[in-house]
Amino acid sequence: MSAVSLPPTATLSRGRSLRQDAWARLRQNRLAMACGTVLIGIVLLCYVGPLFCSHTIEAQNLDQGATPPSAEHWFGTDEAGRDLLVRVLTGGQVSLNVGALATLVSLIIGVAYGATAGYLGGRADSVMMRVVDVLYSLPFMVFVILLTVAFGRSMMLLYLAIGAVEWLTMARIVRAGVQAQARQEFVEAARSLGLSDSRIIFRHIVPNVLGPVIVYTTLTVPAVMLLEAALSFLGLGVQPPQSSWGSLIDQGAKSMETYPWLLGIPAGFFSLTLFCFNFVGDGLRDAIDVKSGKD
Amino acid sequence: MLRFILRRLFQSLLVLGVVFTATFFLIRLKPGDPFAGEKAMPASVRAQMEKRYGLDLPVWKQYFVHAASFARGDLLPSLRYEGMPNAKIIADSFPVSLVIGLSALTVALGVGLPAGIIAALRKNTWLDYSAMSLAMLGICLPTFVMGPVLQWIFALKLGWLNVAGWFERSDWILPSATMGLIYAAYIARLTRGGMLEVLNQDFIRTARAKGVPGRQIVLGHALRGGLLPVVAFLGPAFAGITTGSFIIEKIFQLPGLGQHFVGSVFNSDYTLVQATTVFYAALLVLINLGTDILQAWLNPRVRLT
Repeated sequence: MSAVSLPPTATLSRGRSLRQDAWARLRQNRLAMACGTVLIGIVLLCYVGPLFCSHTIEAQNLDQGATPPSAEHWFGTDEAGRDLLVRVLTGGQVSLNVGALATLVSLIIGVAYGATAGYLGGRADSVMMRVVDVLYSLPFMVFVILLTVAFGRSMMLLYLAIGAVEWLTMARIVRAGVQAQARQEFVEAARSLGLSDSRIIFRHIVPNVLGPVIVYTTLTVPAVMLLEAALSFLGLGVQPPQSSWGSLIDQGAKSMETYPWLLGIPAGFFSLTLFCFNFVGDGLRDAIDVKSGKD
Repeated sequence: MLRFILRRLFQSLLVLGVVFTATFFLIRLKPGDPFAGEKAMPASVRAQMEKRYGLDLPVWKQYFVHAASFARGDLLPSLRYEGMPNAKIIADSFPVSLVIGLSALTVALGVGLPAGIIAALRKNTWLDYSAMSLAMLGICLPTFVMGPVLQWIFALKLGWLNVAGWFERSDWILPSATMGLIYAAYIARLTRGGMLEVLNQDFIRTARAKGVPGRQIVLGHALRGGLLPVVAFLGPAFAGITTGSFIIEKIFQLPGLGQHFVGSVFNSDYTLVQATTVFYAALLVLINLGTDILQAWLNPRVRLT
């Protein structure tokens, strides 16, 4: 029976990767997990929900006008008699698309730029990071607005414009990580094998700095969505009859005195989504980056 | 120190040059022109106007003419508000944005600092949790949701304040509260993080061991180090408050610089766009320089080079 006192061999032989550790820590963070679930729910609702709606975003009923939530229109209707439920859900698609695509753009630029600067080091690095410092000190919102009007009202360009000004912090984070990795032996080994610089950077170094990148990406999505909503609120974002959460909030704010649900429902969805993204991001930071955890 | 300031000022001139150039070309990419109003303008009048403002010249020539006069400090007249110098438009409207910005910053620090310090001192108690949840809520509620909600409560329901406008002395309260509370949320989180880091250090334990009273430890020893992240954030915060005034000024219908900037972009008022953008950039450059100096003063380990 002495064998019983030994731990089962299965757990001995199978180690736990850092990724599994992080996942286990994240699982214990109830708030982050709950927020993640709500977030998945909202995303599904926005993309699948409109398929089951009997109303369309354009169908107007001017005689009926604005009505409070009812069995026929769950979220009520706006002043033109359009169903708010379907408008909120499709508006959510626009906001989430902007969030995802602009974040992707900023991710690509930021990782490529930061990794290159960190790997090259020396003079090239200091010049490249000076450029980032200078861009940091520019009136950010002013340039987002100028880029938006300069490149027309195409949604695609709106994503690109927002992504093109959001990559600075990402570049700094990646550069710091890459700089720490670039002097290590496995990089030396890769170089002595004759691999090209770009292969070393993107195949061998970047995967090692993904942790902080993932965390920051989760926090960039709500920041970008906020920016898009602000542009729509100023009348520079999506154009009617298309709606985003920002433009719905703008319209709702104009008539909040008489039809409060027109402001409350889109604002609630938008804030809940941002809230969840931020908590998931915080949870990921605590789980992945143990050092910066809340002690 | 002096060398640092001089070098930064020299760099700033380069930055302003880049900002001017980018703005000059970006705004001209926008479809539409400054004289496209409701009334169609006779061709002869239009040609006259274009000649008067030098818009008939090739774009590269216009660029050098404008660059030269901006370099001399002449911000040119507005194209839309005929004969009105841009410098005067900025001088008239910026004080409104500044009053709102400064009082918002006061609200942000007045609410955020105490909340963050208390949350750090009472870590993992209900006080900490409720302060931090409120802070997260503040971060997630955008100004254009918070603003209408405050308008609804304090102006429409309670009738204490005006919904919008800039007529009475009390009209600055709602805009600065809206913006201030959102920045207070960020400041509370940063203060809590900074204070927690400092409170765990050896010199705090030493001070406690020597019997220094708790209040003096917090205010005299810990605060100076704990505030570093907040000071680092103040630059971006003030920048965000002054340029974020676009939305606040739209919600509350304030005659600030933000309204003029957005309006000039819509109207293709080229010279006014250039003037406001360069003005914002110059403002940010000065604020960043100020926060760098403040940081070096608070933290001797930061060296200005």
